[in-house]
Amino acid sequence: MQNKQYTATAIALHWLMAAAIIGLFALGFYMADLPLSPTKLKLFSWHKWAGVTIFLLVFIRLGWRIGHRPPALPDHMAQLEQFVAHAGHAMLYLLMFAIPLSGWLMSSAKGVQTVYFGQFPIPDLLQKDKALGDLLETVHWGLNLLLAATVLGHAAAALKHHFINRDDVLTRMLPHHGKH
Amino acid sequence: MTIKKIIPTLIAVTALSFPFVSQAVEFKTVQADKSALTFAYKQMGVGMEGKFKKFAVQLSFDPAKLAAAKASMEVDLASIDTGSAEADDEVAGKQWFNTKVFPAARFVSSGVKSLGGNRYEVAGQLTIKGRSQPVAATTTVTMQGNNATFDGAFVLKRADFGIGEGPWADFGTVANEIQIKFHLLATSGK
Repeated sequence: MQNKQYTATAIALHWLMAAAIIGLFALGFYMADLPLSPTKLKLFSWHKWAGVTIFLLVFIRLGWRIGHRPPALPDHMAQLEQFVAHAGHAMLYLLMFAIPLSGWLMSSAKGVQTVYFGQFPIPDLLQKDKALGDLLETVHWGLNLLLAATVLGHAAAALKHHFINRDDVLTRMLPHHGKH
Repeated sequence: MTIKKIIPTLIAVTALSFPFVSQAVEFKTVQADKSALTFAYKQMGVGMEGKFKKFAVQLSFDPAKLAAAKASMEVDLASIDTGSAEADDEVAGKQWFNTKVFPAARFVSSGVKSLGGNRYEVAGQLTIKGRSQPVAATTTVTMQGNNATFDGAFVLKRADFGIGEGPWADFGTVANEIQIKFHLLATSGK
């Protein structure tokens, strides 16, 4: 039987990660071109710690989603629209894994190991390699631009469903609309 | 006594029996291309490493004449390699090494004493940015024919030398303790 609602956990994870990802994106955007200072070193560390946290959360979120099927898309959507919606969600999940992974690899290649909260060293998956570090920086940046575009599309689609189609696609993801 | 303990004892006894025959070799010429000067420190809890590419060492070491042993080193501070060009530029600046005014760091030994076996303590004065502090490096000397390697390390506190002033003076981002390690290859002869 198809669910009609998201679980409260799925809704909580959605908004928690939305806030964390937007915050982390803004921090990354701000800090990247700062001149070197203690503040910059702190911001980079905090960005990495938050990135590790999101990377852990996305595993929990994917696990939850596999165990709790989301409600179906509305019947009025054409097949192509449904395909685009699913492809968009798949892209969001892919990026939620790929972006922290690219940041982790970039840190290793740049020779600055990620130490979670300054206490727990995350293993370096790559040797220090300046050229590779610069390449991964570009990859991390490019993936983030793709994420920004996909998130904007995601939000625009939700608003279109709410204001033009007048269906429940947006409202069913709002807090207090979940199944307990 | 185990075999492992007997062998060094035998070597020591043998060496002492022939003080004028053994170890009558002085190591003086340091091969720059086979030597290294590196440093390690913590930044936001992360272990970081770097090196100095240019440094000159004057050395005179005969294990049989420790009282006459001498070492001095001059380090071209602008030759630092921190791993990032941005950081290399930063540490050349006034708040760090101020290399325009103080281009070199200098170490001059005041004495060498044996710590037993092939380990020695090299004490001396380290001068950086116009400030001098006593330091002592525990050094392991490995002799092989005409070559000897000197591997040593000591910890300096960057605040003692004013390395990293102003906003950098806080040890929360860059730790105060900097471990300095050297690996020198010297050959015997005049």
